[in-house]
Amino acid sequence: MTLLTVDGLTIRTAAGKTVVDDVSFTVGPGGRTGLIGESGSGKSLTALAVMGLLPPGLIASGQIRLDGADMIRAPKGRGKVAAVVFQEPLTALDPLMTAGRQIAAPLRRFRGLRGGALRSAVAQTLAAVRLTDADRIAASYPHQLSGGQRQRVAIAMALACEPQLLIADEPTTALDVTVQAEILDLLDRIVTEQGTALLFITHDLPVAARVVQDTHVLRDGRIVESGPISRIVSEPAHPYTRTLVESARRFDEALPRIRP
Amino acid sequence: MTLPLLAADQVGFAYRSGAPVLTDIDLVVHPGRNVALVGESGAGKSTLLRLLLGLARPTTGTIRYDGNPLARTNLRDYRRAAQAVFQDPYSSLDPRQRIARIVGEPLRGLGLPNDPARITAALDAVGLPADTAGRYPHEFSGGQRQRIAIARAIVGNPRLLLADEPVSALDLTTRVRIVDLLASLCAERDLTILLVSHDLGVVAELCAHTAVLEHGRLVEQGDTTTVLGAPSHPYTRKLLASVPRLP
Repeated sequence: MTLLTVDGLTIRTAAGKTVVDDVSFTVGPGGRTGLIGESGSGKSLTALAVMGLLPPGLIASGQIRLDGADMIRAPKGRGKVAAVVFQEPLTALDPLMTAGRQIAAPLRRFRGLRGGALRSAVAQTLAAVRLTDADRIAASYPHQLSGGQRQRVAIAMALACEPQLLIADEPTTALDVTVQAEILDLLDRIVTEQGTALLFITHDLPVAARVVQDTHVLRDGRIVESGPISRIVSEPAHPYTRTLVESARRFDEALPRIRP
Repeated sequence: MTLPLLAADQVGFAYRSGAPVLTDIDLVVHPGRNVALVGESGAGKSTLLRLLLGLARPTTGTIRYDGNPLARTNLRDYRRAAQAVFQDPYSSLDPRQRIARIVGEPLRGLGLPNDPARITAALDAVGLPADTAGRYPHEFSGGQRQRIAIARAIVGNPRLLLADEPVSALDLTTRVRIVDLLASLCAERDLTILLVSHDLGVVAELCAHTAVLEHGRLVEQGDTTTVLGAPSHPYTRKLLASVPRLP
């Protein structure tokens, strides 16, 4: 059984403009799927629709099944099944709550932990995202943390209850390049260890190539090409995908290949 | 070697009663030789750029334009010669002004003749049609807005463009087009770019000289091919190793 099935998803604005047009894809348990697209491609709206989080005024039709639940007709919290990490951890985290309390919230709600058990689960979760000095981090407010630390806290929150699906929407775009490399390594390791399926959304082809197996290329709300990312990069079939690969290759080839 | 256009000589900067943000910065920009300033958040890139733009004064050392220290007496000349382009094309254009007024702003500010033909020529140089002039920023995409910001920067025919992450906020395909535009402007208009960027691919495409900034110090600088091809400092190697590559 697939974990996530999106079939003929179409999203329209109240004014009748189609922003996502007949998008279909699936993610199996433990699978790693990419949605690649530039601004206005509809990639983030697709992710929000999967979580049942579309902003008011947008109307979705088609079929979205997340672990059997109908996310279009009966959207409800699927925090146990799926979790999201967004681009900007500063806006995803509550500025008035310490990192520790924010990580504790899903653990309390979905695993029913209290007291000492809850505290030790928070510490374990922080350790899993390689945040050393866990006590200080747990007691810190988001503004007291660096961008990389904030994104680790957001990932810790998302993965605290070991969801079956992690949706990561441009999780490293706002980060420095060395921090990006660390966060990608971290995501890679945790989803492998926990067997989590990953829906990875990005505009950055090399970043996608680093983490996903299969990918769909979106443009203006439509999927223009799908397949294994290695094939998409080596033999793009659609003209738009070719432009995208050529653009990425220009900057890639400008850099020498060196062994660190 | 030609006379340097812009030079930072042993420049340091610290806020009052704070730790130094920049220490012993030596950086030279020669005409026709684009320079990249590479580093991550908190390295001091933006502070250095503010000093180089004459928006703040160094605590120690000297910034020289055409061999002369930047001072009140030559700041006006310097402002005509050096213009800036910033990262976010959404916040750098005044939403209430028509494009003609936005692009013509340096002409008014610097006391240059405010000739509509110059504005049209600047828009044409960045690949925008003349009717752009009568429209407003919200009518344009991110890439087009960045072209407008570049038109504003070049309208007074500057010699130097200080560009702070000018393509980071843009989509990949747009990024390629803006990098091509900047390269052709350099070739056609005797323009030299000082590029602040964390994107090493863009740096390698545009700049002949690369300087790496870490914790307020330049840890390595030289020809881009050498710095990126055979980096000598561990931090430069770490930066390069972190860049995601295509398979």
